[in-house]
Amino acid sequence: MTPAQTGAHADTAEVFEEHGTAGHQSFGFWLYLMSDLVLFSAIFATFAVLSKAYAGGPTGAELFDLSFVFIETMLLLLSSAACGMAILAMHAGNNGRVLQWLALTFLLGLGFIAMELHEFQQLIAEGHGPGRSAYLSAFFTLVGTHGLHVASGLVWMAVMMYQVKTKGLAVMVQARLMRLSMFWHFLDIVWVAVFSVVYLMGVL
Amino acid sequence: MFGKLSLSEIHYQDPIVMTAVVASMLLGLVILALITYYGKWSYLWKEWLTSVDHKRIGVMYILLALVLLLRGFSDAMMMRGQQAMAVAGAQGFLPPEHYNQIFTAHGTIMIIFVAMPFLSGLINIIVPPQIGARDVAFPYLNAVSLWLTMAGAMLAMVSLGIGEFSKAGWSGYAPLTQLQYSPGSGVDYWLWALQLSGLGSLLTAVNFIVTIFSMRCPGMKLMRMPIFTWNALCTVILILFSFPVLTVVLAMVTLDRYIGTHFFSNDMGGNMMMYANLFWIWGHPEVYIVVLPSFGIFSEVVATFSRKRLFGYTSMVWATAAITVLSFCVWVHHFFTMGAGPDVNFVFGLATMVIAIPTGVKIFNWLFTMYRGRIRFTTPMLWSMGFISTFAVGGMTGVLLAAPPADFVFHNSLFLVAHFHNVLIPGALFGYLAGYTYWFPKVFGFSLVESWGKGAFWCWLIGFYFAFIPLYVLGFMGMPRRMVFYDNPAWQIWLVIAALGTLLVAVGVLCHIIQLYVSIRRRHENRDLTGDAWEDGRTLEWATASPPPEYNFAAIPVVDDIDAFDEMKEKGTAYVRPEHYDDIHMPKNTASGLVNGVLCFFFGFAMVWHIWWLAMASLPAIVATIILRAADDDIFYTIPAAEVQKREDERYRQLAAAGVSLSGSTPATLPTDQEK
Amino acid sequence: MKHTSATGAAAGSLKSYITGFILSVILTTVAFGAVMSEALSHGATVVTIFSAAVLQILVHLHYFLHLNSSSEARWNILAMIFTVLIMALFVGGSIWIMHNLNIRMM
Repeated sequence: MTPAQTGAHADTAEVFEEHGTAGHQSFGFWLYLMSDLVLFSAIFATFAVLSKAYAGGPTGAELFDLSFVFIETMLLLLSSAACGMAILAMHAGNNGRVLQWLALTFLLGLGFIAMELHEFQQLIAEGHGPGRSAYLSAFFTLVGTHGLHVASGLVWMAVMMYQVKTKGLAVMVQARLMRLSMFWHFLDIVWVAVFSVVYLMGVL
Repeated sequence: MFGKLSLSEIHYQDPIVMTAVVASMLLGLVILALITYYGKWSYLWKEWLTSVDHKRIGVMYILLALVLLLRGFSDAMMMRGQQAMAVAGAQGFLPPEHYNQIFTAHGTIMIIFVAMPFLSGLINIIVPPQIGARDVAFPYLNAVSLWLTMAGAMLAMVSLGIGEFSKAGWSGYAPLTQLQYSPGSGVDYWLWALQLSGLGSLLTAVNFIVTIFSMRCPGMKLMRMPIFTWNALCTVILILFSFPVLTVVLAMVTLDRYIGTHFFSNDMGGNMMMYANLFWIWGHPEVYIVVLPSFGIFSEVVATFSRKRLFGYTSMVWATAAITVLSFCVWVHHFFTMGAGPDVNFVFGLATMVIAIPTGVKIFNWLFTMYRGRIRFTTPMLWSMGFISTFAVGGMTGVLLAAPPADFVFHNSLFLVAHFHNVLIPGALFGYLAGYTYWFPKVFGFSLVESWGKGAFWCWLIGFYFAFIPLYVLGFMGMPRRMVFYDNPAWQIWLVIAALGTLLVAVGVLCHIIQLYVSIRRRHENRDLTGDAWEDGRTLEWATASPPPEYNFAAIPVVDDIDAFDEMKEKGTAYVRPEHYDDIHMPKNTASGLVNGVLCFFFGFAMVWHIWWLAMASLPAIVATIILRAADDDIFYTIPAAEVQKREDERYRQLAAAGVSLSGSTPATLPTDQEK
Repeated sequence: MKHTSATGAAAGSLKSYITGFILSVILTTVAFGAVMSEALSHGATVVTIFSAAVLQILVHLHYFLHLNSSSEARWNILAMIFTVLIMALFVGGSIWIMHNLNIRMM
């Protein structure tokens, strides 16, 4: 039972083609995204159950600034579009354009996070932090989990920009970019649910 | 510097704890010394710790399960011992503080650190060869999953000596798990142990869904896959969709404890009942997760040792699929008494009863497979037969409990405890032990000694009945679960009988340990020279050598029917040499999975003890490990065709020496099966 | 122009992304507008919010994630449908159960 690891080198790109690895990775990532949807649905369910548990504290209507949220939403939507452009550039084999579009995606996403952090910081400073009531616990957790996903995506994006720069558009790099873009579009989908259920319904 | 950790967290005064800790540490030192003495560190590192081979990873999972089984079983013996004596004023030998940790650890360990690793291990070892594949879809991710599970298990183990374990039951209900009611380290250990191993399971699910859908050999349509693989697929689908809910509910308890949120607190709007709701949305699929792989094992074993194709393959697949879907729809039956109205309880009670139907279909299929078969009463077959009869009783009590009015009487009584052990032990554990015995020769190249195996089986089976039937009686008599002492002397005799049953099971555990020792000593007499260790193998894993080469198959098989290997033996194509061999590309070993697991352990430990600097250091280190791995392009190696040829030549030499006709079936499998 | 690339996922076109983007902006504006303008009744606003959300999600799935009925995407669609059913079960079930419990027990 001794694998000979001193065996000959294998070309990773070749093995990828031979084994259909990129397709497997894509499908596997899709499945992970499905599990992430279930994760969010558990948090949404909790939010729904706790949506009126104000404990004498503030309601959504008292806290939310919808124009602020609208701008946040537009930032994320634009970043989704920019990500799409990056993928088109990738298919066209244009490394430079890929990096530019990814950088724009990154900045727009960073803007989204900055706005969200600002909103959180303001709420906490006013005494409306996650410990104030069950409603706020649910709010911070739902919006915060989405934000953590976005932040992780930004880290991933930075790593990918580095990989595009250093390895070019090798087949593994392209496969990763596809997964990153799937992730990024999914986060925008989840955000649609978040702003609808948390902010818009919250204000009504 | 050390957060909440201090030397007073080591319980020097507790003799039971200190015995366990000192004994484990001594055993650990002995093992380390032996490895050093025999000069095996390099071997251990290269062949096991950095392996991404699904077969190695599977063995390590099962090793973890077996070791933790000993701890979980020790907990059981202590509980039975305590309850046998603690009547009418007698305090027994376990103070409530300690007893509560024991029943919590028992449940947590058995479900999360015995059942889950055991099934993950068996699925890992067997599914790829059963579908004619060389490995899983994501070998590195596979290693990550293993070491995450190990990290979680190590947290549970460390809690024995440093700090305490949770006292809130394996189901960790709110508000008991809130910081004000459980201020110690116990609940935190429980939270992080489950969170880490849960993540490992989720990644395993992604891995195997892709593997099974995308890596089947040519001709292996879905409806030609072995039933164990079908059950594995349904199991990992259950994992994929249920584990995220566990992640969420554990995270919410964690947030409540760490930053003072109010998800499940009893003030400020918290909803304690929502905890139960979320926990059991995961918890019910979880019990089917532990049971379905065993059902798959029974299907393989019963067909093999009836020397007959499984009866009703198609209905078996549909029944498993039905169980899978239905198991997402029944969770409220775990809290019928929490106060929902009759409409809610009725819907879920009905759904629960409906699940018995596909389960019944499976039982009939196994029985009809055996009918007019030429049965061999091997150890795996005995486990299967013990399962069918015993599980039927447990399933029946489940249907009794499924009626909400009945459940109002039995909820949280020993009747419930008897029911779930009556389904889990035969339904899950018997299956794993059958699989362990059945596939041991495939993995290690020699068989386990049958006599000790049968001894283990009979001790477990008879011991089980003596240990758990009294609990049904006690349930009827009104005894609640989790009692450290009680007043009613009429209960004691039943608890004594149960304790004696547990002792018999302990003899069974001992038989297994002896079996392993004796089998290793006699391994040269019991070598599997052909790969078809039981000579009646029907599925593709038996077509490989025992143990298989790292690449499983030199040439990917092409199949055209169910029971592909049996069909090949019939047609005489089982041992035909391929005309030529190709280079084979395999994934390289890596330390990355292990490093990740170790860092996750440190992160978990740091979080338990509020050692913030360690937590903040390990988190970026974990991220860095992943990024570094992603940057590595050199992740495959080649086995040249000439090397493959050499290895296969050696195999065919062995086959010839074993008397296998290389152009036809082995002599031992004539005559042909009675029925298809 | 849609094709499957060597990277294992369906690819889109410039037109697809632009169309998707514009539709998303419109749907977002409609939803926010309905709430911020207070022009509709409560019930109508809720319907608007949810319809716009569902439509926008479908827009994202089709124009950004290129989910279509091709054979490559078949398992993805199946997985998605199953996921949506599970989500509906978990969220809907939780709301029903907890509402029931809240009324009777709180």
